[in-house]
Formats: sequence, structure tokens, C-alpha cells
Amino acid sequence: MAAKAGALSVAAFGRWTLDELAGLEERVREVSPAIRSAGVFDAGRIEALDSAGAWLIDRLLGAWRARGFGVDIVGLKAEHATLLRLVAANDRAAEVARDENILLVVLMRMGRAFDRAMRDGRDLIAFNGAIVTTAAAALVGRSRLRFVPTLVHLEQVGFNALPIVSLISFLIGVVMAYQGASQLQKFGAEIFVVDLVGVSVLREIGILLTAIVVAGRSGSAFTSQIGSMKMQQEIDALRVIGIDPIEALVLPRVAALVLGLPLLAVFADIMGLLGGAVMAWGALGITPLQFVERLGEQIGPAQYFIGIAKAPVFAYLIALVGCRNGFNVKGSAASLGRLTTRSVVESIFLVIVLDAAFSIVLAALDL
Amino acid sequence: MTAAQDVVIRVQGLKTQFGSQVIHQGLDLEVRRGEILAIVGGSGTGKSVMLRTLLGLKKPEGGRIEVLGVEITADQDDETLRALRRRLGVLFQDGALFGELSVAENVAAPLKEHTDLSDETIEAIAALKVAMVGLPANAGPKKPSDLSGGMKKRAGLARSLALDPDILFLDEPTAGLDPIGAAAFDDLIRGLQGAMGLTVVMITHDLDTLHAICDRIAVLAEKRVTLIGPMTAMLASDHPWVREYFHGPRGRAAQPERGREAEDRE
Repeated sequence: MAAKAGALSVAAFGRWTLDELAGLEERVREVSPAIRSAGVFDAGRIEALDSAGAWLIDRLLGAWRARGFGVDIVGLKAEHATLLRLVAANDRAAEVARDENILLVVLMRMGRAFDRAMRDGRDLIAFNGAIVTTAAAALVGRSRLRFVPTLVHLEQVGFNALPIVSLISFLIGVVMAYQGASQLQKFGAEIFVVDLVGVSVLREIGILLTAIVVAGRSGSAFTSQIGSMKMQQEIDALRVIGIDPIEALVLPRVAALVLGLPLLAVFADIMGLLGGAVMAWGALGITPLQFVERLGEQIGPAQYFIGIAKAPVFAYLIALVGCRNGFNVKGSAASLGRLTTRSVVESIFLVIVLDAAFSIVLAALDL
Repeated sequence: MTAAQDVVIRVQGLKTQFGSQVIHQGLDLEVRRGEILAIVGGSGTGKSVMLRTLLGLKKPEGGRIEVLGVEITADQDDETLRALRRRLGVLFQDGALFGELSVAENVAAPLKEHTDLSDETIEAIAALKVAMVGLPANAGPKKPSDLSGGMKKRAGLARSLALDPDILFLDEPTAGLDPIGAAAFDDLIRGLQGAMGLTVVMITHDLDTLHAICDRIAVLAEKRVTLIGPMTAMLASDHPWVREYFHGPRGRAAQPERGREAEDRE
């Protein structure tokens, strides 16, 4: 590119392409201040032109026009002229999203989050109502509990979860006995390990851990199963055919989980105590016979029943949240993933909150 | 210009298979510089596999593919392949826009990756490309999820044109568009192809597109390209599938008035 003084003539040569653009921009910046009169742009020696190069030429020609001068283009090849016309017609200022006041953004986000939480809560209550009315209708025979799907789900959420639930419970029993032993040994009160393991496994840990594992395994599965049906319009198809999706999809899952979780909890209790007993024997020399005797004397059946009684409540909550989020899935795969994650987080959160509520209420009742 | 320079894609004896199922066997294809070539074929004839293979996303089981003089079936170093990819643009079926980025950022992404230009220049070129595909200026800051299907395709096209590619690949560009939108998209591709000197390779089922803008058509059947040529060659062919395709009720409806009259007189 060269600029001649007097009647300003600018000649471009070489390759005007994206790869050369950085260097070309530099040259255009050098030439631009010299534009103080009408001029000529010689494009005859341009070897290659792409839309990026055409854009730069258009900007250079624009510099003439912006200062109120005319400019003649000479020597432009026909194919380059077509491209330059197309680019000139479409060159416009970039429109970007406006930056907003950060304080306002924070406030707006908080407001939106609060609004969403309230809506979620209301939706969950409404969904709960739909399940309860459908279940009630099933009880009086006006709708039905589908037996086979319920059994299939019971196998998936209950039976198939046995290995992981028992392993986790056993290990937690081991850990608690070991940690308790190292503390209680200082006081020569080793035998109290049995009380420690008994109360915590039966009353709290057994059911809580089982509920958390099931929320991660089955709550998320409910969301992804129902959610992918929603994505494929299968839910709409059910409605059109005249099948109530709550009756066909939700009720069997809720029933399976409400039945399955207490059974899993019983198993978790047994494995947790077993883990504790094994560790107490190995680390403290408390024989299994002593362990069972002490357990029978000190821990009444109330502890066990309190633990198990929480199971159906947790189960209902997990199923409710899992199914509800499934119905909330919109068209995209991203929303399916987001809601599956949310359903795990929400159900674990709600299970722990409810467990805390149980503790307070039971303490007030002196149980 | 020699014949070798004229051919931008050369496929020889291509073989692809999944497990024991052979998709292509002894497939030959040549794409000439500056043409719009359409690949047609029934479901399951491996049109999409073909496209993925040409893009180097799938390694074929046999045969030789040369794209812009680079043999992609041979072992090439990363730098060569990167330089080649930079010269190819692809519009995937639903646009394949990055959902986290705005339309303008989507178009700017290849520019940021492959050039050292300033942010202002990249922004301006991205805005230019968004305008060239016929999107309104306010589409730039929008997220892909806020766009209609037709606008998503245009945004995807803008991104594929970001680096001024030599070859543009289109996967069913008009699928899912209404007839008016599809015709407008055809015009857009023809216009851009002429102005930017693109070679276009597209997969399409749209008979209107085939009639309106395609220079040559390649028919995939019997695991290879059974027929390649302009529309007149398709209409003249007596291959049963080709006859069914171009002379079936939909094929007849899509033919321009003049051609149909001539055929009715037969």
C-alpha cells in the first residue's frame, strides 16, 4: 500500500485476507491521517481478497466519506467488486450487551432466586396434592395402583441398592466403633462403644445414609426417566391417549420408594451394627455375645422404631422431588442434566432438614 | 489452472463400516472448486457418515481422501490438520451453536482461536458476518436459546463463515424450515457462494434446493456414488432409486414449470 502526496492516491497490493489483516490494519492506520482531500483507491494489484480484507477496505473508504471527500475506486476485479459490495452493505457497528450496575445485578439475582424458590415450593405442594388425590382415588377404586411397574421400581430402587447400602453402613459402623473406642479407652469405658454405635446407627446414621444414597441413586433416576419422556413428548402422548401420567408414572415410583426405603433401612441397621460389632471385637476385645447382651440391655426397641419410622417420610420426599423435577424438564438436554442435579441436591437438603425437625420434635416429646 | 487445482476434494475407494455392517465400499467422489454439490441418498446410506469422514471426524476403514491437497487419511501432524480445518466451514444440522455464548461470541470464537487480531476488529468482523447471513443487528448479543430454528441456522452459518473458508459443508441446511424460510436460505447460500467464492458441499433432501441452487448432485446408493451430475442427468437417469426420487410425486412438484411441461409431453 502506498500513499502519494497531492491528489491522494492509495494503492493496495498483495493479499488482503484474514491472515494478513493485523499488518494491513497497521498500514491503514498510517494512511488514514493523510486523508485531507478527495482521492483514488487503486485496487488493481490486490491478489486475493476475502471478506475480512473487504471489510478493511470498506472502513478505509469510509474514512474518506466521513471527512466529506469523494473517492474513486479503480482497477477493482469483478469478483472482488461483488464481495466488496456485499460487505459494504452489511458493515455495521457491533451491538453488544450493555453492562449493568453490579449492585442492581446482585439485587436482581437475589430477587429472582427468592422468587424461584417460592414458586418451586408452591409447585411442590401442588404436585404433592396431585399425588395424594390420585393415591386416594386409587384407594377407593377410581384409579389404580399399577402393580407390575411398582414391583419393577421396587427392584430397581430397593433390591438393586442393597450392595451399596450395606457396604456403606458396614463401613460407617466400623468407623464409629473405632473412633468411639479410641476416645472411650481413655476413661476405661470401652463397653460404652456398644451404646454409641447402637444409638447412632439405629436412630440416625442408618436411615440418614440410606436416604442420601437413595436420593443420589433413585431420586436422580426418577428425574432423568420422567424428564427424558417429557423431552420426547411421551408425557403428552400419554395424556392424549387418556392415561394420567401421575397415575402411570409417579404413583408406582412413590409406592416403590415408600415401601423400599424402610426395608433398606432395616438392612442398613443390621449391617451398621455388624460393622460396629466386628470393630469392637477386633479393637477392644468385646465379644459379639457381650455386644448383643449390652445392646439388648441398654438400647430399647424405641431407638430402632424411631429410625425406621422416618424412612417412609424421607422416601416420599425423595420421590416427590425426583418426579416433580422430571416434569419440569424443558426441551434441551442441558435442562435434563440441570434438573437431575437439582433433584439430588434438593432431596438431600430436604431429608437433612426434616431429620433435624424430627430430632427437635422427638426431643420435645422425651423420646 | 490445472485439473489438480480444480478438484478440492478427492475421495478414492473409500470404505467405511460399523462392526460388520459396511456403509461405503469403493466410493469415489470429486468436488470441483467453486461448485455447489449436493449429496443425496435414502436413509441409512451413510450421508452423515460421509460428511463426518470428509471433515476428519471419523477415520475410514479404507481408501484415500484428499481435501485441499492434504491427504487426511494418511497420518498428518496436528499443525497441518489445524491449518486445513481453518479452511473448512461447517454448518451442523441444528446449528451446533455453543449455548453458553451469545451469537456474536459464537461467531467470534474461531477468530479468537485462529488470529491475533484486536478485540475491536474481531467484534467488527463478527458483526459483519452476522449481518451477511441476514440476521438483525440485535441478534448479536442474544443467546442461541432465544433464537428461532431459522435464525439458529443463520447464526451457525455466520460462525462457519467466520474464517472465510474455502469449502463450506452444510448438513441438511433447509430441514425444519418453512418453505419461505427455506427458499430464503437457498438464496442466501447462493449469494454468499458467489460473492465469497465458496465451494459448497451439502447433504440435503430438499428437492427445491436441488433444483434451485445445486450445480451437481451425487447420489449415494449401493454403498457408493452411483450417479453424479447436473439435474438434467438425474432426470434422464433410469436408475430405479433415482427415478423414484426425482420423478416421484414430490420430485415432480419441485421441478420448475418448463421442465415439467417437457416431461408431460413425453
